[in-house]
Amino acid sequence: MTDLPTGIEPQAAPTASLLARLRRAGGTAFGAVLGALLRLVDRPMRLLQQLVGERRMAYVFLLPNLVFFSLFVFVPLAIDLVFSFTGGESLFPSQRPYVGTDQYAYLFDCGSFFDPASCRVDHFWRGVANTLRFTIFQLVSMVTFSLVTALVLNMPIRGRGFFRAVYFFPVLLSPVVVALVWKWILQRDGLLNAGLTMIGGQKILFFVDPGWAMFWSVFVSVWAHMGFYTLILLAGLQAIPADLYEAAQMDATPRWRVLWRITLPLLWPNLIVVIVLALIRGVQTFDEVFVLTGGGPGTATLMIVQYIYETAFASQVQNFGLAAAASIVLGVVLFLLTLAQLSRTRSAS
Amino acid sequence: MKPIQLLRARRRSGHWHWTDIAAYAYLGLGVILMFGPVVWLVLSSFKTQASLLEFPPSLLPLSQQEVRIAGFPQPLPLFAATLDNGERRELAQIRRIGLIAQMVDPADPKQQYRVATAKLAPVRHLSFMTSNYTEPLQKFAFTRYLWNSVFVTMIATLITLLINSMAAYALSIYEFRGKTIAMLMVIGTLMIPITIILVPVYLVVTKLGLVNSLWAVILPGAATPTGVFLLRQYMLTLPRDLIEAARMDKASEWQIYWRIVMPLAAPALAVLAIFSIMWRWNEFLWPLAVLTKSESFTLQIGLNAFQGELQTQWNYLLAMTVVSLIPVALVFVFLQRFIATGIANTGMK
Repeated sequence: MTDLPTGIEPQAAPTASLLARLRRAGGTAFGAVLGALLRLVDRPMRLLQQLVGERRMAYVFLLPNLVFFSLFVFVPLAIDLVFSFTGGESLFPSQRPYVGTDQYAYLFDCGSFFDPASCRVDHFWRGVANTLRFTIFQLVSMVTFSLVTALVLNMPIRGRGFFRAVYFFPVLLSPVVVALVWKWILQRDGLLNAGLTMIGGQKILFFVDPGWAMFWSVFVSVWAHMGFYTLILLAGLQAIPADLYEAAQMDATPRWRVLWRITLPLLWPNLIVVIVLALIRGVQTFDEVFVLTGGGPGTATLMIVQYIYETAFASQVQNFGLAAAASIVLGVVLFLLTLAQLSRTRSAS
Repeated sequence: MKPIQLLRARRRSGHWHWTDIAAYAYLGLGVILMFGPVVWLVLSSFKTQASLLEFPPSLLPLSQQEVRIAGFPQPLPLFAATLDNGERRELAQIRRIGLIAQMVDPADPKQQYRVATAKLAPVRHLSFMTSNYTEPLQKFAFTRYLWNSVFVTMIATLITLLINSMAAYALSIYEFRGKTIAMLMVIGTLMIPITIILVPVYLVVTKLGLVNSLWAVILPGAATPTGVFLLRQYMLTLPRDLIEAARMDKASEWQIYWRIVMPLAAPALAVLAIFSIMWRWNEFLWPLAVLTKSESFTLQIGLNAFQGELQTQWNYLLAMTVVSLIPVALVFVFLQRFIATGIANTGMK
């Protein structure tokens, strides 16, 4: 399989070196195993082709993926609906009595939707309120910081590659690691409190105060994911034609005007992508916040996904029906957000 | 690149716009804020349990020097003491009685002193507690978690590459009835994240008898819509003549896929492989829901469990966090540019 030309695409340079590296690392042993595997599969595949015909081999190639998608996405989505319309504690739908819209009625049984305490399932509504607050703060700070960072990284500065890497690397860290790193810094006798006492302040128990817990949840989330959004914006900035800036330069247009009149309008499609992605991610927030605060203090940073997880898996009575109903509600929200994104990208292209 | 040259020229003439200075200040702050926490984690992971608990914390992993003195069974901690006559000497502490410490001169063991503890400062030297790293390997099931994570990441990535490339091949090379429906199905799965089908996927996995097995983590995410799209986009650019020529030579469809298209699609496969490795290594919510027995924990779940159990043993927790960072760090160092272009081109993560 090596006698064919590889890497014929225009951006071959980094790829080719990676391939060479991989090939050297993999060595011939891996190649031998692959070759044997190939010969093993070749014969039955040829037989199959004779059986179904050349054209219909497409279905054969498609089959494994569709089986996986059906089994782990489409069937579950249908079962999710079944769960949300049935009651009881059993995991198996056949043993669950039909209860109609009771789960939803129970979930939405609120004195006032602006006061989680007035709801029967108050944890869910606290989750909704927290997720909403988290998403808004996260969205605003994420867009602001990734935009500023992208603009700065797009300037003709020395060591641009290094600085870009600096902002990008937390994207690769696992949420557990991110949360543990910050938990270590923010704990009672941690680095930040040491800094605070050094400049004459008092120690702050960040995870005991609801406001601080939410602040750090947002902060840590922005810290971890900012690099991702910065990259999207940077790609947009670099696609802006240079002659526009040249023209502005000739006219001696002030920088802020260039930013306001050229850069931001042309960056708008990328900004929309960033806003929608940050929204979709924000609504689904779980990992970092869960490890960082555990949803606490009390329910101050409990998010919807954590509520779903705990209702279904981590409570005394596993209430699958209620968790499914909550999932469906979350799914509808996500669906609407995705539709908004699709209609945006369609009108953009 | 013209505006950049213009700005450079301006820079060389010594004219600094205030935004240049602000940009460098922002980047400098960024380096501290982004790198600092991880550097602090690594430094802390080499500290002794005692020095982790001290406040304010020391920057470097220091530990108190100890000396062995004839006549004393235990090694004694060394202090820099200020004697009553103002002389400063390094003395070893025998015992402490209230606010007075009984000290001995290591050079002259017969000479004993009584010094107020306020006049003592510990003599410390740089020492890296590698036992933080070696002990968890023996004490806890840490190697087990590590192996589980490696297994899941490797097998899942192989399956993902295989079945996604097969589907992408079918959707890029063939014209067949139902192609549009198949494409719509793939797009549909993009809109259904695991957060909203958590409960029913758990049911499917239970029905398949996979709960608490690593396959329960591997299989549900193996078919990824993003992977199919990425590979399909790439395969569409491959020259059709090559495939037609192979058909003329009586190559079977499988051979064309395996021997011609796959090697040519290697760059796109490499991108998907890197993404898959990142996804799998860092995955949290789904393994948390489906793995309940500690022998099947992955590294991330193990770390999360540890942070609950080992609240007082930060030395182990920090060291294990650093270990879980190593693969990510390697990926970052070698493939950072690669991932960055991948994200910029596809907007996925």
